[in-house]
Amino acid sequence: MSLSPDPWVWIAAILTLAVFSFLYRENPFYRAAEHLFVGVSNGYFITFTWHRILVPSLIDPVGHGQKLWLIAVAFVGALYFTRFIPKISWLVRIPIAIFLGYGSGMSLLRSIEAGIIEQVKATVVTRAMFANWQTGLWAIIILIGVICTVTYFFFSAERKGVLKPVSYAGIVFVMVGFGASFGYTVMARISLFIGRLQFLLGDWLGLIR
Amino acid sequence: MALTCIVALLFCTLAPPGDVAARDVPNDEGGKIVVTWTRSPDPSVVSYRVLRQAEGAAEWDTLGIAGRLASRYFDEEAPNGTRYRYKVVAEADTLHGESETSGYAQAAPQWFNTGRIPTMIGAAIIFLIFLYTFERARRGAKMFIRRIAGLDAVEEALGRATEMGRPTLYVPGLSSIDDVATIASLNILGEVAKKTAKFGTPLIVPNRDPIVYTVAREVVKESYAAVGRPDAFNPDSVFYVTDQQFAYAAAVDGIMLREKPATNFLIGMFWAESLILAETGAISGAVQIAGTDAVSQLPFFITACDYTLIGEELYAASAYISREPLRLGAIKGQDYNKLVILALMLGGTLLALAANIRITDVL
Repeated sequence: MSLSPDPWVWIAAILTLAVFSFLYRENPFYRAAEHLFVGVSNGYFITFTWHRILVPSLIDPVGHGQKLWLIAVAFVGALYFTRFIPKISWLVRIPIAIFLGYGSGMSLLRSIEAGIIEQVKATVVTRAMFANWQTGLWAIIILIGVICTVTYFFFSAERKGVLKPVSYAGIVFVMVGFGASFGYTVMARISLFIGRLQFLLGDWLGLIR
Repeated sequence: MALTCIVALLFCTLAPPGDVAARDVPNDEGGKIVVTWTRSPDPSVVSYRVLRQAEGAAEWDTLGIAGRLASRYFDEEAPNGTRYRYKVVAEADTLHGESETSGYAQAAPQWFNTGRIPTMIGAAIIFLIFLYTFERARRGAKMFIRRIAGLDAVEEALGRATEMGRPTLYVPGLSSIDDVATIASLNILGEVAKKTAKFGTPLIVPNRDPIVYTVAREVVKESYAAVGRPDAFNPDSVFYVTDQQFAYAAAVDGIMLREKPATNFLIGMFWAESLILAETGAISGAVQIAGTDAVSQLPFFITACDYTLIGEELYAASAYISREPLRLGAIKGQDYNKLVILALMLGGTLLALAANIRITDVL
């Protein structure tokens, strides 16, 4: 056993243990680590936003007389702060409306392209897929799975007649997918935990190499 | 000496790449030219050096080096309107083979991205269907919507919080405002806030994204005003925590165990923190209603929460809770759109199998 002489390793180890203490119950050690984490991350976020976004993207170009139209954009962004002035706090709705419009527009394009067109392309069964019987079989299973799953998400029709068994098969497909995803992600999380243990037992306590 | 030079010329060169052509990259914002060539037949080629010469300039500049299997190179430093021509040199150690010069090309932006025509047609179909269902809803057509267990539980869960005298926690996901799940979550937050305002139940809304925080605050404030309880709105109930994912998760976990909310809503976009939040909520004894369209996080919510809105159910939720005719019309529109998608998949498969017509080429 050779304890680390590095004070930063000690700080990291103590904070790791403080966070792990949450497994027992909420306690002052966890609370201290939580507040420190939130405070440090906010400090980092503000510094990052200032140095990596505001200065290079706004202050530098405008300061050098370039991209002066950015002043208008900055003005709209600054309207977020009007909520601190009750008399004109309604102005905050202007940047919100712009952002919501932008967000909806951007996500609309993405949703149609990635969520519909690409999915349809990937689901359609073609002759080429039968070059090998296994890929052909999987393509058919995927097509059936997608049809059943989409049917499960019909909301404006009552689940009776043919819709009942088809939507039931749909949720079975969904749950099989979730099961696989669950197992895979749990594996990844355990590897994260192992990483922390390696840090505590290796970097800090020097018990393992 | 002359013989040495002839030998060098004969044996120290590689077969050059052929058909070198340059053209503006289509459907972009400009500033890019693509250079294409047919690879040298010489198997010893290691790489291709791409050279560029501006019109009127005397010198050729090396633009970059492409691997031996490459047959194109993107010049991403071509100012719009400047004409360039290109040469490609096959290289192997000390040997090289220089191609013919390409014709001149210049980068230019395009106003219309023709590669996105299928998207435009798809969007037009979707909008037309929605317009039709909205119009039907506006005229008072009856809109049926099937039972969604997770949403039926909202009222019950909020009632429980009221009876227990404990707050309700609403986590609007960790994504930004341009995420569909966030927009859906804010719609649901509006409906939940109306109910908490009616019941007089404290509402806690911690936020990760500064913009989402501002919108969430306005949504809650308006909901309280809409049910005639603007005085009950507590400005501190909707607050910003931090942008850092796990610091946010740590803070929300702390809130769950310190404030002991009776009901937790985890609705929106979530990543690796989903299980951390849901598991802590379960430990705290709260009734939990979760909803997300993040496929990899849904299994965790299903495992640790009482009710889970799976993907599309999240988008239907605000209409389901509010029962507003126009929103119900949107649900009907979504269903018609799903029928179109199913028809595309089935029709595409039939065409591909029966007539070998690939719908994927059209899309």
